[in-house]
Amino acid sequence: MMRHGLALLALTIIAIAGWAYSVNYNTMTAFDRVRELRGQIAEEREALQVLRVEWAWLNAPDRLQRLTEQFASQLQLVPLVPDVLSHTAIVPFPEDPATIVGIAPVIDRTGLIPVPVSRPAAWRAE
Amino acid sequence: MTDFAAPKNLRTGAGQRADWRLMLLMGSFCLCYAAVVLNMGLLAATDPTEPVIGDSASKGRPVRGEIIDRDGNLLAANLPAWSLYAHPHVMKDPIKVANALDRIFPDIDRETLLKKLTGQRRFAWIKRPVTPRERQLVHDLGFPGLHFGNREIRIYPAGHSMAHIVGSVRAEREDVRYTELTGSAGIEKHFDARLRDPELAGQPVRLALDLPVQQAVRAVLEDGMERLTAKGASAVLMKVRTGEVVSMVSLPDFDPNAKPVFFRGKAEDSPRFNRAAQGRYELGSTFKVLTAAMAIEAGVVNAETMIQTPSQLKYGRHRIGESHRMPAQMSVENIVVKSSNVGSAKLAMMIGTRRFKEYLEQLGMFDPSGLELAESAKAKPLLPPYWTDLSSMTISFGHGLAASPIHLAAAYATLANDGLRVRPTLLSGPQAPGERVFSKETSREMLRIMRQVSVRGTARRGDVPGFDIGGKTGTAEKIGARGGYDRNRVISTFASVFPTSDPEYVLIVSLDEPTDRSGRKPVRTAGRTAVPVAAEIVRRVTPLLDMRPRLAPVTEAPLTLNTGAE
Repeated sequence: MMRHGLALLALTIIAIAGWAYSVNYNTMTAFDRVRELRGQIAEEREALQVLRVEWAWLNAPDRLQRLTEQFASQLQLVPLVPDVLSHTAIVPFPEDPATIVGIAPVIDRTGLIPVPVSRPAAWRAE
Repeated sequence: MTDFAAPKNLRTGAGQRADWRLMLLMGSFCLCYAAVVLNMGLLAATDPTEPVIGDSASKGRPVRGEIIDRDGNLLAANLPAWSLYAHPHVMKDPIKVANALDRIFPDIDRETLLKKLTGQRRFAWIKRPVTPRERQLVHDLGFPGLHFGNREIRIYPAGHSMAHIVGSVRAEREDVRYTELTGSAGIEKHFDARLRDPELAGQPVRLALDLPVQQAVRAVLEDGMERLTAKGASAVLMKVRTGEVVSMVSLPDFDPNAKPVFFRGKAEDSPRFNRAAQGRYELGSTFKVLTAAMAIEAGVVNAETMIQTPSQLKYGRHRIGESHRMPAQMSVENIVVKSSNVGSAKLAMMIGTRRFKEYLEQLGMFDPSGLELAESAKAKPLLPPYWTDLSSMTISFGHGLAASPIHLAAAYATLANDGLRVRPTLLSGPQAPGERVFSKETSREMLRIMRQVSVRGTARRGDVPGFDIGGKTGTAEKIGARGGYDRNRVISTFASVFPTSDPEYVLIVSLDEPTDRSGRKPVRTAGRTAVPVAAEIVRRVTPLLDMRPRLAPVTEAPLTLNTGAE
């Protein structure tokens, strides 16, 4: 009985030792992997940072301006000025002029705008 | 006997048990101590290592925080780079190394390099920083004793246009492992502690400035400066409600990514000098708007009050005159619109020196502007050493007090912001509302008068249809070499608010010694120099600021019938 107990104990100890050994080595490989990944992350971060700065550098206003001037003949860009901006409310409806019954003031956020008003479609049917 | 033996037996039994207990106690103590000693020994024997599984992954070299504009464009960023150093004692042939390095780095003096490598030193810096290409070339040489250290370099992608604002850094402590960068000008210096804080390294400093707007303002200003042969120019575009500086340009400027070059001459003429925040100039007639606002606010006049304006006003030995003929009697509105010095001086007298000074102080004219730049903290407006009534009279039309364009922008913004004090800031974000300086009615009245300056006054060339620009011109003669004012050297300024119907922005444009030679005679007045430049800035900048021209409201909407047939 005693002998059996001792043998069982020895087996248990060997099993536990084996388990502890494997856990120890698993942990060490995991640590190695973490260290490797940290290094990779740091490298990627650095690459990201370099690319971000390069992007900003290539989009630098001085450079863009120089390029637009250099390729002006192809690009045909002009500075944006307020004269080219307007309000959608000003654009007249592509209607038959005959159906326009008058000009109504339309309130836009910028003020009153005259807009041509045409007869509703139901009237036209008559 | 048994009587005797029993207690003895008892006693020996108790004694054995006590011994055993004592042994157990000693044993456990020994074990405890052994555990402690073992642990200490273990701690002492093992190499200290960083815990591999930590809480944060971004520990390492100190990284300086970034600076971005209001839309997130990078204005200042870091790039990993290298510095080249040498251990001369391990070199086999220092002269050969020096010759080879001289070919890679033409900017290094060969003699000093030779001295460094052949001397007794065991360590010498060769070049900092080194570009990746140069690093590869040095690697290709394959000489022993040449090493690379890590360092960061600061990059300013916005280049010239933001040079004065971001400022610069210099390497304070240099090490083979890393370099500590310290701000030496501009935002970099003012927010140095904030940018260096490792806790905040991931959060960039967000400025109120708008990079595309800044670029457009700079382009227009540079063009105007060239055309008018001015030697310098500055522009400030500020949000009326918050005091956020959306654009601040000072010309001439410099490339912040290039090595600083030594400038010979006066500090105010250096490209590094920020004319908008650091420069202090007598801003001329632009002050008349402030004087008139004070007079209306103090209740001594209203816009229609008529003031006697003789062609000359005598005060003791001093005379105040006009730049051109004026009517003998003018309303307060016309004093501003036609820019009368005598009228302004009279208004200043009606306000009284004590109240006049109080108003100027409330407008921030006595203190540094509070802008977040290292340079502007020192730019306190220049005031007369002894403030007499005459000082008040001359300051009422902008002579005798020198302030920066930022000061003027803040004062105009205060006036346009329903009279609530506006403090200039370079940081984006809302600010606590300021204290009341002028009433809402005064603010409205002055905006109406400023609009009249553009409609029928000195700033007619500055009107951009749809934006209701209002403002005031100022042409201040500079102090000549022999004292007194020099007629041919002026600072012309246009201070404007747009749109006056619902103020959104204040724009200050100032040109140093401009001359308009397009006509028969050279003209230097602000109406012909600063005003057209400001108008062009408004035209270019408003689409970028997402502003649309406001159409004149339809006063009467006639219902016309279009029969189409006729």
